Amino acid sequence: MEHAIEKSAVGAAMTLEYDIEQDDFSRAGEASSKIKKLLKQLGIDSGIIRRIAIASYEAEINVVIHSNGGKITVFVKSDCIEVFVEDEGPGIENVEMAMTEGFSTATSAIRELGFGAGMGLPNMKRCSDNFFIESKLGESTRLKMVWSI
Amino acid sequence: MKEYWHSVILEKDFCNGCTYCLDRCPTQAIRVKDGKAQIINERCIDCGECLKVCPFHAKGAQTDSLEMLNNYKFNIALPAISLYGQFEFDYDMNTIMNGLYELGFDYVYDVAYAADILTAYQLDKIKESQRPKPLISTYCPAVTRLIQIRYPSLIDHIIRLESPMQVSAWMAKQKIMETTGLASEDIGVFYITQCPAKITSIKNPIGIEDSHINGAISIETIYSKLIRIYNDIEVKTQIQKASAGGIVWGMVGGQSFAMGIENYMAVDGIEEVIKVLDRLEMGKLSDVDFLEAYACVTGCVGGPLNVENPFIAKTRIRMRSKQTPRIDDLDSLKVYDKSLIEWDQDIKPFPVLKLDTDIRKALEKMSKIEELFQSLPGIDCGACGAPTCRALAEDIVLGKADIKSCLVKNNSEDK
Repeated sequence: MEHAIEKSAVGAAMTLEYDIEQDDFSRAGEASSKIKKLLKQLGIDSGIIRRIAIASYEAEINVVIHSNGGKITVFVKSDCIEVFVEDEGPGIENVEMAMTEGFSTATSAIRELGFGAGMGLPNMKRCSDNFFIESKLGESTRLKMVWSI
Repeated sequence: MKEYWHSVILEKDFCNGCTYCLDRCPTQAIRVKDGKAQIINERCIDCGECLKVCPFHAKGAQTDSLEMLNNYKFNIALPAISLYGQFEFDYDMNTIMNGLYELGFDYVYDVAYAADILTAYQLDKIKESQRPKPLISTYCPAVTRLIQIRYPSLIDHIIRLESPMQVSAWMAKQKIMETTGLASEDIGVFYITQCPAKITSIKNPIGIEDSHINGAISIETIYSKLIRIYNDIEVKTQIQKASAGGIVWGMVGGQSFAMGIENYMAVDGIEEVIKVLDRLEMGKLSDVDFLEAYACVTGCVGGPLNVENPFIAKTRIRMRSKQTPRIDDLDSLKVYDKSLIEWDQDIKPFPVLKLDTDIRKALEKMSKIEELFQSLPGIDCGACGAPTCRALAEDIVLGKADIKSCLVKNNSEDK
């Protein structure tokens, strides 16, 4: 299947990969926490780290709440950091609506847990320097976020 | 931190090189070398966890003895607010504080009253705030240092107000200089302390140049002396001035109670503080106005240099507070110069956890650490002297340790 979003490890001085399980609330946030810890050790500017942390946290939660499970991959390249999030479906019916603030497809059970405010994707876009999303109903959702360092 | 001076020290003779403190240190600042624990100065935040957990009493805090009073013509005592929780209810706190005269002090200032004053200014900061929320109290020096080291992106949240101990020192010293005409060097100012973090902030203050406090005497030192002389204490002056709000600063949640605010978080225990700061960094909790965080469970009454059990002390603080009137008009306390109340220096980040100042080199080191880590057993047994296998891998790559330290790996290779 042809994808418009390019995921390439070329030029990556370091690659991190984390598997995220559907509905695993007890571990939700662990991957983004590990990413943040590692980036701090690299001495990357704390403002950039904070934005990466927020964006990857939102992405991770989305995978837990809305998808059938997925993977977060981080490439640390010489002039940028790329974060890829890819899941195993079910796909987003209307990506433009999903990117609107306040729009959420979360069930009431999810909302009761405090999630599903409809700010995840807009937050991710706002926190990243470059944001790309690709999804169709019945297919996987693919995200790419880039930060210049 | 000027030269990473720390009040936490090791009594080498009692240390048996076990792993208790190694495991508990929240910043992984301890290593065991040659059978003795060592503290990595840059990483230590003086939280006192190692003091609390050492079964051999090998960890202590550098405190001063009452002998130090002999160095000065006039001595001021600033008792920690936790003192209000150390004595049973039959003991009158004003009498206890007057007892300090018998121990050689010439003047005693009720630090809890300084807390009342700070309550008024802190409430203003919260109301007027343009800073990111929640605003974080600086009251616990260990938490402030933790933020400098591990959470530098949260430095902007910190409220730049001095501590009650600091404000008391200023006020008391100024008053005595005015009334006695004595020079600054002739006056000894002593904080009666509940914890090592406070001692470090005396010798190595954050946010101001000089603390104007000359020594720290632990509550443990004066406690039994005061109990013994209690019945003979002559009440010379009304030292206790604090309101209900000032007294509760000794326990977690006290600052918020004093301010009368509802939209706050109060977290105690260094591990829990770390979890909450992690969430804060993610942008969560931004609708909370105020966060008071304490390294010690129950707040300052949980400090290791207190005598009483923290929970018993906390109940006493709560009850003594209930018996004391509240201040209705907090504004009436705001009569001081801002320079007395606010920090004039910036709070700087201390990125001691960085592998290298150059990102490229840091990346190289990180790859090596990753590779090395994969070859280690991963059981964090502590036998090598590092708290975790990952910490050992880092130490090796940074040239501070040897792969031969891993006894588990050595043993399995011999087979």
